[in-house]
Amino acid sequence: MNDASAQPEIHHLAPPHSFIRKHVFSLDHKVIGLQYYGLALAAVFIGMVLSWLMRLHLGWASLPIPGLQHFSQNGAPGGVITPEYYLSLMTMHGTIMIFFVLTNAPFSGFGNYFLPIQIGAEDMAFPRFNMMSFWTTFVAFLVLIAALFVHDGPPISGWTAYPTLSSIGKDAGPGEAMGQNLWAVSIALFCIGQLLGSLNFIATTLDLRTKGMTLARMPLSTWAWFITACIGLLAFADLLPATILLILDRTAGTSFFNPAGLVVSDTLQPHSGGSPLLWQHLFWFFGHPEVYIAIVPGLGIISHILPAFIRKPLLGGMRVMIGCMIAIGFLSYMVWGHHMFVSGMNPFSAILFSVPTLIITIPNTVAVLIWLGSIYGANLRFTSASLFCLGFISVFISGGISGFFLAQPAIDTYLHATYFVVAHFHFVMAVAAIFGIFAATYFWMPKMIGRMMNETLGKWHFWLTFIGVYCIFMPMHYLGLAGNVRRYAAFTDNFLLPLIPVHKFITVAALLTGAAQFIFLYNLFHTRWWGPKAPDNPWEATSLEWSTTSPPPFDNFGGKHPVVYQDAYEYGAEGPQDYVMQTTPGKASAT
Amino acid sequence: MGKVFAVLLVIITLVSVYPIIAHTWWPPPTISTTGPGVDGQMNETMIETGILFLSSQLILAGFVWAFGGRRGKIKHWPGGHKPVVAFGIIIVGLEVLSLSFVGSKVWAAMYMAAPNANAVHVDVQAEQFAFFFRYAGPDGVFGGIHPEKISDATGNYFGLDPENDVAARDDIVVGSLTIPVNTPILLTLHTKDVIHNFYVPELRIQQDIVPGLDIPLHFTATKTGRYEIVCTQLCGLGHYSMRAFLEVMSQSDYDSWLKQQSGD
Repeated sequence: MNDASAQPEIHHLAPPHSFIRKHVFSLDHKVIGLQYYGLALAAVFIGMVLSWLMRLHLGWASLPIPGLQHFSQNGAPGGVITPEYYLSLMTMHGTIMIFFVLTNAPFSGFGNYFLPIQIGAEDMAFPRFNMMSFWTTFVAFLVLIAALFVHDGPPISGWTAYPTLSSIGKDAGPGEAMGQNLWAVSIALFCIGQLLGSLNFIATTLDLRTKGMTLARMPLSTWAWFITACIGLLAFADLLPATILLILDRTAGTSFFNPAGLVVSDTLQPHSGGSPLLWQHLFWFFGHPEVYIAIVPGLGIISHILPAFIRKPLLGGMRVMIGCMIAIGFLSYMVWGHHMFVSGMNPFSAILFSVPTLIITIPNTVAVLIWLGSIYGANLRFTSASLFCLGFISVFISGGISGFFLAQPAIDTYLHATYFVVAHFHFVMAVAAIFGIFAATYFWMPKMIGRMMNETLGKWHFWLTFIGVYCIFMPMHYLGLAGNVRRYAAFTDNFLLPLIPVHKFITVAALLTGAAQFIFLYNLFHTRWWGPKAPDNPWEATSLEWSTTSPPPFDNFGGKHPVVYQDAYEYGAEGPQDYVMQTTPGKASAT
Repeated sequence: MGKVFAVLLVIITLVSVYPIIAHTWWPPPTISTTGPGVDGQMNETMIETGILFLSSQLILAGFVWAFGGRRGKIKHWPGGHKPVVAFGIIIVGLEVLSLSFVGSKVWAAMYMAAPNANAVHVDVQAEQFAFFFRYAGPDGVFGGIHPEKISDATGNYFGLDPENDVAARDDIVVGSLTIPVNTPILLTLHTKDVIHNFYVPELRIQQDIVPGLDIPLHFTATKTGRYEIVCTQLCGLGHYSMRAFLEVMSQSDYDSWLKQQSGD
């Protein structure tokens, strides 16, 4: 069938032979993708354990946690978490999860593995940059983890690291000495890694598409990684200098973020001329797009996986979804001020930031309607991957709904910095993105490691996680409505005392849901070594990754670039085979 | 399996909505003149998004019920994607417009309207981990703030210099915010160290207090009583315990309280 003579030959790099070049300092995008995934997996379990400790403390503040005193003698004497150690756990949890999980897994991990394959390339445009990108990120992770072990403890200023708490050094509190320095250095390194990665993704998408792979034929996951790379290139180029300024304020005596007249611990600080709001603008100019760096790959991954399990293309084809993702990416740069409604900036600007924030709900709503409309009339197949897609749609709706409240300054003035916000961002960027990662894992792991994951375990993992996340995060909305302030190590205010039983419920739900993740971990590792061999195209899907072996050879397609003849989602064809692969020549009969 | 998913999703959706409808956990009754506007906006948003939430989750459940495990000829949404996209844009667009216009007015009334010229002026100093409140005293003038004189050890929380500054001599500094009911209040918020926040849930007001800025905030309390002022901006290890009380008194009680403070 395939016209072999039309396939351009691959003649680039030879596969490496030494262990180090093959598995450690590898230039192969597939190995680097797995390395990112592995790093994210390690990070997510550390982050989860930190959240367990926080939740235990919030439910039972004086509960000694056996063994914790050996981990941090000052932070948890006798195993009981101190208020400052609670803030450290929270800071580390947020930083690890947002940077090293939600950015690394869906974008850097799966993107690295599948972007070149989905466009028919043998590797990324700059394999050495790619390797540097991972190892810079790896060092960033080590530097951050080192902050857990320094003498005066990890930083306590949250993942947002607002000056002046973060910028005036050790007088501001425990963890604000070396711990905060390590945090800032880690984030700066992370930015460098992401910039290298984003450049690479953009160049690869634009330059290395195989014959016939027009932009319009690119799978939605590749579109999402490409758009995310464009967002990331701008966002991390903003956070990097901001972090450098923070490091300078902390170590070189500059005053970018510190105004005159600060008195800390009864000591007048030697600063003048800086502005704490400058950091907030720089940070959120990165920080809001970062939300979409975490979730746009999820939108693309779900839109890529869903057609394979509903056996039809998305409603409206690809164009509507691509339009939604581009609109979201573009608008994400116009809304950063909605994090700052009560920050003391000019209240008039709150209205200007509110309107685009509300408008951003339009492309998100359209995306949800497209998924729902696509399920109508489908032959919906249930697998672990498709269940997580459906779960993604549900939690994405739940998380998006609360955005309507927080986008309005008049309501934010009540709900800002309450658990309502915690519920919102966990649903919409954390849980939704994690569901995207799970869907992607169940869908693509057969291709990545050549073995099929256990579907029974995968489905149990879904049911428990789906119920669990609603039990954890839905009650947080109610806490927020009752005025429960976030980032509190304990609830001593009179109006918060009646809410403690709700916190206990959430803690139990978080422990159980967390425990259910070990089903996933077992499934993943068991599959890696003992799972049944995966066929090349287990899901009867259409895109290029399914036209090569599982796992793909070193150059992805065995010496020849594939040639693309079809759009990405030709499902629903008449006849014995209801799909047409992208590499199948001729006109597709699929609808 | 589709039916299991659908039933589960319906249960989750209804259980999630119940406490909202029943007001099981809800904002405390508001005590400010601008609070009802915030509550009205909150209720309007709750109804509009509640409809979106219920309908979209139930449609998802219904479609998964109907088409889960199906093996037949593929059907497409009647009318194609254009009506769906248009529906989404129009419905949410209208919601965005209505929320923006009404919401902006509520916000403007709180944060952009000029304070009443006769407002009672109170100066607020936040620090790790306490609030202090200053009244101008009989002369009606606040003494200047001198950061180098700020000291917790001597109780000079505002950095006053009574030796050289006549206006500072009668300033009253206390640990609770005492105000008269139904009277416009103007606060000027300062912090001496890190960012703090002034949050009184009953007032429906939350405002960061930022180093280097003097932030005005005005409101009118409509009900006497004792309410908690809490810090909502992460300010260090004692953040969770940083609070003060708002005492709203009748005008006569306030007058005698103020007189008593001046006499001390």
